Amino acid sequence: MDVFLQQCVNAVSLGGIYALLALGLAVVFSIVRLINFAHGEIMTIAGYAVWISLASSVPVAAAILLGVIVALLASVAMERVAFRAMRGASVTSLLITSFAVSEIVKVFFQNGISARPVPIVLPAWMSGSINFGFLTISVMSLISIVVVVVSLLALSLILTRTTLGVAMRAAAEDFAVVRLVGIKANHVVALAFAISGFLAGVAAILWVAQRGSVDPLMGAAPVLKAFIATVLGGLGSLSGAVVGGFAVGVVEVFLQGYLPESVAPYREAISLSIIIAMLVLRPDGLLPAPNVNRS
Amino acid sequence: MLNMLAVEKLAVRYGPVEAVRGIDLAVKQGEIVALLGANGAGKSSTLAAIAGLVRPASGTISYGGKSISGLPPETLSRSGIGLVPEGRRVFASLSVAENLWLGGASHASTTDRKHRQAEMEERFPILRERTHQKAGLLSGGEQQMLAIARALMAKPKLLLLDEPSLGLAPQMVERVFDLIASLRSEGLTILLVEQNVPMSLAIANHGVVLANGRVAVTGTGAELSRNSKVSETYLAA
Repeated sequence: MDVFLQQCVNAVSLGGIYALLALGLAVVFSIVRLINFAHGEIMTIAGYAVWISLASSVPVAAAILLGVIVALLASVAMERVAFRAMRGASVTSLLITSFAVSEIVKVFFQNGISARPVPIVLPAWMSGSINFGFLTISVMSLISIVVVVVSLLALSLILTRTTLGVAMRAAAEDFAVVRLVGIKANHVVALAFAISGFLAGVAAILWVAQRGSVDPLMGAAPVLKAFIATVLGGLGSLSGAVVGGFAVGVVEVFLQGYLPESVAPYREAISLSIIIAMLVLRPDGLLPAPNVNRS
Repeated sequence: MLNMLAVEKLAVRYGPVEAVRGIDLAVKQGEIVALLGANGAGKSSTLAAIAGLVRPASGTISYGGKSISGLPPETLSRSGIGLVPEGRRVFASLSVAENLWLGGASHASTTDRKHRQAEMEERFPILRERTHQKAGLLSGGEQQMLAIARALMAKPKLLLLDEPSLGLAPQMVERVFDLIASLRSEGLTILLVEQNVPMSLAIANHGVVLANGRVAVTGTGAELSRNSKVSETYLAA
């Protein structure tokens, strides 16, 4: 039983990271139809920002905050520099643009810093664990869960209580009419990228804290899972992305925990098969977007 | 009286397709002008160009004496042009209150906006009853009321209405036309695109009939009501 509970905690903390990443992808996709393959690079940028800050003896808390802020700004800058010029282009053109951005950022870090991982040393208490008698939980898992819950709550407040947040939800449905009522398209899109960057930054910090290093390719694996999560949840659906993220995390952690050793090498294949099966049962995803826009 | 809106030699093209081929149109302050014509005559494209949704291929559009051709819809909305689009296009997954909120978002302070929302709920009591309901769950007529209320939240000076009676039950159609007439008596200037010719001409000061992207007939509402060419234009198209 205690093993099962422990696995649940692991699943929620890993799924939470995927959920943040998937949500960041979905927020942008729902508005500008961009499948952002450079999302992983936002994570990498956040990771290096933390590494540079720590190397310049910035206190840990400030370094983490800086990492998230840099991720947010990097995401907004990507939109401004690369994606704005492509606004209204086909999904394919947007996708290819995002590949280009992703490659440029990767090469920049490979040549400018190093292709090898650089270590990030966080305070010892973070890598410890807490004993609840019957259950031992790692501090990092707890922090992940709390941070994910707080981020999701903050986002839902933005989406329901602020004008631009409500406009973002409206834009996912019908961007032309949002502009017709006088709301500036650029503001809505910038907010979407800011939110996406913020979520990727938070996810990057949690990810880096667990693995203890940063490298130019570190965003690829988690963002790939997040892509799977957005498709599983229903492309363009925000709540779907969150549910999909947790689902992918749960499948991954439980297969890792309970598969017999002989089939363990097929873990990824099995987890993807489970996801394909879910999609066969629900082709539009677990929680499909209300309507795919008409403009 | 002053021309609030003047359209000269307007042409709108979608790739090789010429939807509007050089039309002239003027709307004076405080009047209703009905823009009529069969499907594909170029009515909606004309409205889309005025509201900034499509860029005119040529010609000029001026509003309050200033050229507005090619300005983005955000800017036009802020300068007092409101469009109620064809098919209502309410934000279906948002609540009624959120739809109204966005309507007034860039035009009023928060307190002003709440005040206007209360006004809208007074004018359209159904919107008060349904305030927390998703707009997608409203009936067609209710959605039309919401779409008009959303545009009115911005306190526009010029209201463009694209087929407001389309697909509505007969008594709802009558309510919509009554509403349009009463908005004029409150001082609003209206350009109305419609399929319902008799009812539009009954309330319009002027009518402009389009056929194949050109102006076929113009005249006062009363003149056009008697003009047999109006119905011929429809049959021909």
